[in-house]
Amino acid sequence: MTQTAKPSVRHPRLKRNKLGLTQRDYEGSQSTLCAGCGHDSITAAITQAFFELDMPLHRVAKLSGIGCSSKTPTYFLSEAHGFNSVHGRMPSIATGANAANRDLSYIGVSGDGDSLSIGLGQFCHAIRRNVNMLYMLENNGVYGLTKGQFSASADVGSRAKRGEENRMSPIDPASLALTLGASFVARSFSGDKKQLVPIIKAALTHRGFALVDVISPCVTFNDHEGSTKSYAHTREHGHEVVETDFVPILHEIQAQQDHGSTTAVTMHDGSVVRFRSVDEGYDPTDRDAAYAHLKELQAKGEVATGLLFIEPTSMDLHAFENTVDQPLVDVPFEKLCPGSEVLAELQSRWR
Amino acid sequence: MDRDSRDRTDDFVVTNDFVVKVATVNGTGSASANGMLMQAIFRMGIPVSGKNVFPSNIQGLPTWYEIRVNKHGHLARNPDVDLMVAMNPKTYEQDIAEVRPGGAVIYDSSWPLDEELFRKDVLFFGIPLSHMCVENFKGDRERILMKNIAYVGAVAALLSIDLEVIKGMLEEKFSAKQHLMDSNNVAIRLGYDYATEHFDCLLPIRLEAMDANRDSVLMTGNMAAALGCVYAGATVGAWYPITPATSLMDAFRSFCAELRKDPETGKNLYCVIQAEDELAAIGMVLGAGWMGARAFTPTSGPGISLMNEMLGLAYYAEIPAVIFDVQRTGPSTGMPTRTQQGDLFTIAFASHGDTKHILMFPADPGECFYFAVKAFDLAERFQTPVFVASDLDIGMNDWVCKKLEWDDAYVPDRGKVLSAEDLQGMDAFYRYLDVDGDGIPARSLPGVDPKGAYLTRGSGHDRFGRYTEDGDLYQDVMDRIARKIEGAAEALPPPEVRLVDGATVGLVTMGGCRGAVLEAIELLADEGITLDFLRVTGFPFCTAVEEFLLSHDVNIVVEQNRDAQLMRLLLLETAVPKSKLSSVLDYRGAPLSAEVVVGGVRDRLGLVPVEAG
Repeated sequence: MTQTAKPSVRHPRLKRNKLGLTQRDYEGSQSTLCAGCGHDSITAAITQAFFELDMPLHRVAKLSGIGCSSKTPTYFLSEAHGFNSVHGRMPSIATGANAANRDLSYIGVSGDGDSLSIGLGQFCHAIRRNVNMLYMLENNGVYGLTKGQFSASADVGSRAKRGEENRMSPIDPASLALTLGASFVARSFSGDKKQLVPIIKAALTHRGFALVDVISPCVTFNDHEGSTKSYAHTREHGHEVVETDFVPILHEIQAQQDHGSTTAVTMHDGSVVRFRSVDEGYDPTDRDAAYAHLKELQAKGEVATGLLFIEPTSMDLHAFENTVDQPLVDVPFEKLCPGSEVLAELQSRWR
Repeated sequence: MDRDSRDRTDDFVVTNDFVVKVATVNGTGSASANGMLMQAIFRMGIPVSGKNVFPSNIQGLPTWYEIRVNKHGHLARNPDVDLMVAMNPKTYEQDIAEVRPGGAVIYDSSWPLDEELFRKDVLFFGIPLSHMCVENFKGDRERILMKNIAYVGAVAALLSIDLEVIKGMLEEKFSAKQHLMDSNNVAIRLGYDYATEHFDCLLPIRLEAMDANRDSVLMTGNMAAALGCVYAGATVGAWYPITPATSLMDAFRSFCAELRKDPETGKNLYCVIQAEDELAAIGMVLGAGWMGARAFTPTSGPGISLMNEMLGLAYYAEIPAVIFDVQRTGPSTGMPTRTQQGDLFTIAFASHGDTKHILMFPADPGECFYFAVKAFDLAERFQTPVFVASDLDIGMNDWVCKKLEWDDAYVPDRGKVLSAEDLQGMDAFYRYLDVDGDGIPARSLPGVDPKGAYLTRGSGHDRFGRYTEDGDLYQDVMDRIARKIEGAAEALPPPEVRLVDGATVGLVTMGGCRGAVLEAIELLADEGITLDFLRVTGFPFCTAVEEFLLSHDVNIVVEQNRDAQLMRLLLLETAVPKSKLSSVLDYRGAPLSAEVVVGGVRDRLGLVPVEAG
């Protein structure tokens, strides 16, 4: 569909951040997703997180692949550069972009089809390289644009809209990322903005690959009875959500705020992420323990949410490649071209 | 070609005009020995070429190395073998059969040669190489390695290669490894002395020092292309290892390790990423190109096949990228270590939907260097992928090339890139708006200025960069991109044209076929057949190409693929009628020889071979 401009009405007393921008400045064009789509809630959370972090708009690069989720970069930060690429290949575009210009803030938006099926390889290798980016996986267990096929994250026993039941085991991006050595793994629910916004902020602050897996119900193709990724399924366990379906291991993650019995992790830039474990004794800096806990909850039919794992001092792509601190795009040509004398000297060896 | 056509001295010895072929077993260290032989001849100032014919294997399969010496500078492959160094018993039969009458065979006489293999019209020189190496060296590995050096010594003696030249090379190579230098020196003498002492009958071929290589160097196309990337200021390289393109990125890495360290911090002024596959490699190149870095990927046919979707994205989203396609035989895995020019169709129109890409066809390593630099300029000027299509023969074999030159006044052509000031001075910026009427819109780079922000996309967009499914708006952009690419035709390196008086037939070719075709033109001229020459260097074709084709009654297109891809592309993209085109094709995987071209041209022109006098 063609785009509809949002009304440009602004309340004069809208809150402004340190750059003097309002949250409206961090918005994008109007969403063309279905009304009630979980992805739109995530877009709102992203908008808020960037606003609260006082991020200069044009210093953000937003990338995506193909699918409903991948449409969303149009719906936030309209003054940031964006790249809507091809299906499952956003990680490689982001990797190359980051290699060339390490100073921008990168956010990649993908879905469960884009990341866990067609793009599983690139997803895994971006994690291995620890590309410095926020990787937002908007996970609804279903293919929306092609009308309702199961995705690789569909749970065993989950029913498609047409009735068939998924019997293959799902790929869980969070546990996969943990086994691949990811340096930041979080999970949240699109309906829980309170939890999601601080996670996004922490992920953007983290140096390295930050996976945020967000359960994001598809109102059109995966919101029926029998689906395990529907709002109804969630509501059915609604009173129990905190206890059962969505168990927040760490339910508060807020930068620079004191919460009493909190633990603090200092990020590479000196900012502090504080969290409080709901499950006693849970240590999100212990990879093996995080993995074990994830699996333990999964066995009970529960989904662990919150900041699951963080390794704030890991080596990223540029550390692996030992590149200069200056972005490569800013290195002047004179420093790159060795010149005619060197060429003559080199060739004296080729005789 | 008939041996009698060669210049001979009174004693029937041919000087500086012959072929030596070495047959060995892969993985035994023969490659460096053979390279040494070729390098020694090069240092004697004689025009020489070396063609490695190797298997897709690490150890055990047969491998060959063909050295052609030609004082006239004809250095295309010549399958007419004068001297066979037969070191692989498994291929004795075919190797000995390949030697021309009057030629010679060197074999390892540690074991007797099967009686049936002897030929009366060929000289046989048996040298007990294995026995000598067992006696003089310790350990299996060294014995095997030194056997290669020993045959180099024997060949040096038989061809009168200056031993001092070889000793000098060993000193350079092993200056830091005295033990290896000693072994090599012993091995060289073993072969050299044995041959000198035991053979008093001379070979009918001989080397004589010349001074033809004063301004030349030995290099491979992949080395040269890598150096071109360094000089063009490329900072990001992404790749997936594949024969025969691997050595390009290896070379880039090693040049950069030497030339691209930040003097203050010692950190890298480049980033090379070994990708998980070619899909990711081209993705990384596009990401870096979008950011404004000069980025490239070296690959071969199978990699190109995988990259197709991304190449369409780059074409449509208008992102600069440089792709080196070092071609090998296809389709599928094909013969991975054999050469071909079979990727033309696939790179010219890579991706689904309507595309057309800028291609360059270097003919030798020298052009690999210059075309590499040009490719980055064109990619940025036209904001699109540019392919430098070489092949395995150019990419991996050592060629004698004129020394590369560099103009320190060179300034990269970044094309229309808007600075923050440019953007601030504009009313509004629209990424795909053709302001100048040349089909090339200006681009902004991420992070430079808020006014330059836009969302690039592979989905339908209008001239303002907005998503669209409106057919007219979509077509408007597609037509403009087509115009843009057409404009590249005259910006590419000009074709090579050689005209002779009265010729009505043109020989047309590209890339590594150049040497064989030029040699064939000379040979046919000796028979009274005059031919004009056109070497296509780029695509889209410029008007000079079309004019050449139209001005000749017949154009015979010589290329190395089955389907006459260049000829068909010419038919499709120029006004030349089909009746004016025919083909000579050789797609067996070996570098082209003049013999094939001569035979093909005679056949197309309905001529019978002229017996040489």
